[in-house]
Amino acid sequence: MKILVCISHVPDTTSKINFTDNNTQFDTNGVQYVINPNDEFGLTRAMWFKEKQGASVEVVTVGGSEVEPTLRKALAIGADSATRVDAPALDGYAVAQELAAVVKNGGYDLVIAGRESIDYNGGMVPGMVAAMTGASFVNTCISLEIDGSTATATREIDGGKETVSATLPLIIGGQKGLVEESDLRIPNMRGIMMARKKPLNVVPSVATATETKTVSFEKPAPKGDVKLVAADNLDQLIDLLHNEAKAI
Amino acid sequence: MSVLVYTESEGGSFKKAAYEVASYGKGIADQLGTSVTAISFNANGAGDLGTYGVSKQLNITDSKLEKFNAAAYADAIAQAAKAEGATTVIISSSANSKYLGALLSVHLEAGYATNVMELPASTSPFTVKRSVFTNKAFAMTEISTANKLVGLANNSYGLKENTTDCSTEAFTPTLSDDDFKVQVQSVDKATDKVSIADADVVVSAGRGLKGPENWGMVEELAEVLGAATACSKPVSDMGWRPHGEHVGQTGKPVATNLYIAIGISGAIQHLAGVSSSKVKVVINTDPEAPFFKAADYGVVGDAFEVVPALIEKLKAFKAANA
Repeated sequence: MKILVCISHVPDTTSKINFTDNNTQFDTNGVQYVINPNDEFGLTRAMWFKEKQGASVEVVTVGGSEVEPTLRKALAIGADSATRVDAPALDGYAVAQELAAVVKNGGYDLVIAGRESIDYNGGMVPGMVAAMTGASFVNTCISLEIDGSTATATREIDGGKETVSATLPLIIGGQKGLVEESDLRIPNMRGIMMARKKPLNVVPSVATATETKTVSFEKPAPKGDVKLVAADNLDQLIDLLHNEAKAI
Repeated sequence: MSVLVYTESEGGSFKKAAYEVASYGKGIADQLGTSVTAISFNANGAGDLGTYGVSKQLNITDSKLEKFNAAAYADAIAQAAKAEGATTVIISSSANSKYLGALLSVHLEAGYATNVMELPASTSPFTVKRSVFTNKAFAMTEISTANKLVGLANNSYGLKENTTDCSTEAFTPTLSDDDFKVQVQSVDKATDKVSIADADVVVSAGRGLKGPENWGMVEELAEVLGAATACSKPVSDMGWRPHGEHVGQTGKPVATNLYIAIGISGAIQHLAGVSSSKVKVVINTDPEAPFFKAADYGVVGDAFEVVPALIEKLKAFKAANA
């Protein structure tokens, strides 16, 4: 089984979000980058397929050379090889075009992506790649088993979950549940040393167009002070929620 | 060239999200000087579509589409958009709409903006405000393609009445075997509980509750308020509560009218995930908990005393205001 894991290089979840150039660019100053958490759950599940079912695991991302440390981390976790598409990640559509070309060339049985990146939250790349390549698609995937040419997946739905069967090739938009938080792996020294020798291929951009463009960013308006209510005066809380906030 | 809205139904009845996209679709249609057409699957009549500004309903009746199927639904909605000559298509941010959105975007060659908060700031160029960095910021995003797909953030626009005469027509898409490569085997959904996505009120609890055996009062408070229950990340990681209840940056986003956080200190990732909620109430023993800075109302106190007392007072309030 050939698996491709699509990785997004994103600011760590604790990052302070600021903008520069008249609020048109994300301020990368002092920001630590990580593997997008939704992708890391998928990468860890891919390691399970490698160890239990002999799968090969490649990772891919779209970006400039600054994203390579994130790919090396994926290699240190255990991926066999990495590909960087040398192009700026301009919008979801452009990234999907780049990834669709890699997917078509590679003949993968399974493509694992995260349900969304935690920076731009587009949530569209996995589905677009599926539509562009004709693969089956399961989003918000929280468990996945592969048996021969069929997959059984569970997906999170509003208020519950749903079990589906799908033919391969399959693309998933994964999230927590594919593996548990405690299953995530911190690369060890041996993994880091081996990652240096693993292939990291750089391929040229093939995307021809974008469909969307961010014109500017803004931050939420600062919040007013909290109104504190004494623990022995909950009638006041109910009164505030009913008459002031109109929430009950 | 109407605006097409995908109005979701369950068991034949429209969901609240359907009326919200209808309301929003009417807002855009007014900007563009056109009308709103709704596409629905196996809906039982037109419901209140007319109340929220829809002038035409296209309803698909097909037993193969009884269960949601993203590929088939996306294909059908794309065909409806083409039949109607709709260049602007609106969907919600439900799990199902987010699932089919990207597929629909490729079918329609439509630029897709997700988590959209408001009506377009301008329709030419078509510019919308969307939430990014898990609600830590907003982006003004321009869709440059001729066809446009807007994914409206839950509970952002609200329901706006705009009573219109609504006609209903049957619509029959042409579906292929390729649309059914993913098949639903079983659905596991609590039918007696409101989901986090659909709830007007969410009651959420964290490590301050000390153990899963103490969730009875959280569930009781939720029941009194008709609320969904949720939890913080550590609580789901420790297995006290199911993953589906985890709200925050790597869990579910919450955009509800009222969010009550009990024993949750308020890590930055949690605050980001719930910040779209309109009114936030925090109950915590620690007056220094970061959540107090992000909340509208706070009670500094022991959850094991405050929550049972609050339940009793709310029951009395509900009885008096019933």
